[in-house]
Amino acid sequence: MKDASRIAGVIKSNEKEILADWIKEQLASGTHRGDLLKESDLREQSRSFLSALQSATQKDGNGNLDAPAWGDVKHMLGELSKARALAGFSPTETATFVFSLKQPIFSRLRSELKGDANALAEETWNASVLLDKLGLETMEAFQKSRESVIDRQQRELLELSTPVVELWDDVLALPLVGTLDSNRTQIVMESLLEKIVATGASIAIIDITGVPTVDTLVAQHLLKTVAATRLMGADCIISGIRPQIAQTIVHLGVNLGEVTTKATLADAFLVALKRTGASIVKKEKKEANAAERA
Amino acid sequence: MERIPILKMGQFLLVTIQVDMHDKLAMTLQEDLTNRISATRAKGVLLDISALDVVDSFIGRMIANISSMARVLDAQTVVVGMQPAVAITLVELGLPLEGVHTALNVEKGMDWLRRRMDDDTGDFRGASL
Repeated sequence: MKDASRIAGVIKSNEKEILADWIKEQLASGTHRGDLLKESDLREQSRSFLSALQSATQKDGNGNLDAPAWGDVKHMLGELSKARALAGFSPTETATFVFSLKQPIFSRLRSELKGDANALAEETWNASVLLDKLGLETMEAFQKSRESVIDRQQRELLELSTPVVELWDDVLALPLVGTLDSNRTQIVMESLLEKIVATGASIAIIDITGVPTVDTLVAQHLLKTVAATRLMGADCIISGIRPQIAQTIVHLGVNLGEVTTKATLADAFLVALKRTGASIVKKEKKEANAAERA
Repeated sequence: MERIPILKMGQFLLVTIQVDMHDKLAMTLQEDLTNRISATRAKGVLLDISALDVVDSFIGRMIANISSMARVLDAQTVVVGMQPAVAITLVELGLPLEGVHTALNVEKGMDWLRRRMDDDTGDFRGASL
């Protein structure tokens, strides 16, 4: 369109000045993170973005960001936001990249359209709308990359927190740390059952010393895990129940009647040994016994 | 007609489910098994479901039923080799099969049945503790 392509013309004829002003603006705005981004990189980013913006406005003056002409600009903004999000920029610092371009462009428009107040107002509005859209696009990309970081961390946390360890022949232990939700319990249950199949263990100890709180849902999850373990043909012992949690469980009316519970992992381990027919004997006692027999 | 074989091993009956269970097959198995228990005077039934990787509520109920019927006919049942996925499904379906004895594999199941024979007074698990 005629109107919008004026912006393209203005940018084209004043590219150097706008770029210089823009960079000055970004450096002066107090949101430039010299510690995270070198000034030379900022210059390079600004230069390539401005030329992409120029060619996009040339091709499609409507400012319709979905049009193919804007693909390059959007891609560039996406990459830039992603890089900044990962580097630890704040949303404001990221958005300022686009928004600080307003001032230089407006002042160029003003000097180009000095005589025509109507056209100036019109053009300023167009430019403002366009830059706002680009700013929103930046934020969208920024948010997306932040979310993907959180997603990844959540997945890693899930994998980290479910180790099943072999304590003894036939005895497995599952030390649970952190809050249990449905997702985690599912993974915990699956990895425990898989391990039972793999090792042929007959007793599994679930230690909840590291679980901060137990509510009805968590208790239900625990009971489900115990039931599934029993179906596989193994026994389950729950250990590490703190006094507070014992109180909560009783107050909530959860019935742990069928489940063997022990105060500490050590107690549970002793029970497990007894059930598998093994026992621990102190060395001196053993020698004493031997001497007695002799 | 398709049938699940029931093998006699001394005092025990051995049932290995190697095909996909469907409802008709389950009913046939129930009937065959009760007949065989009373005909052979078997004292124990070992139900190996290690090849079973899909269950629904009907099959879950059938496993519980077989165990109860066998008990009425004076035979102990042990279910062995349940897959993790099957165990999780049954628990989620609200069928934890209370009262059915389970073991990890055929060897352990047989072991349990034999010890159960030697010690026929009360529940073995309770007695050992």
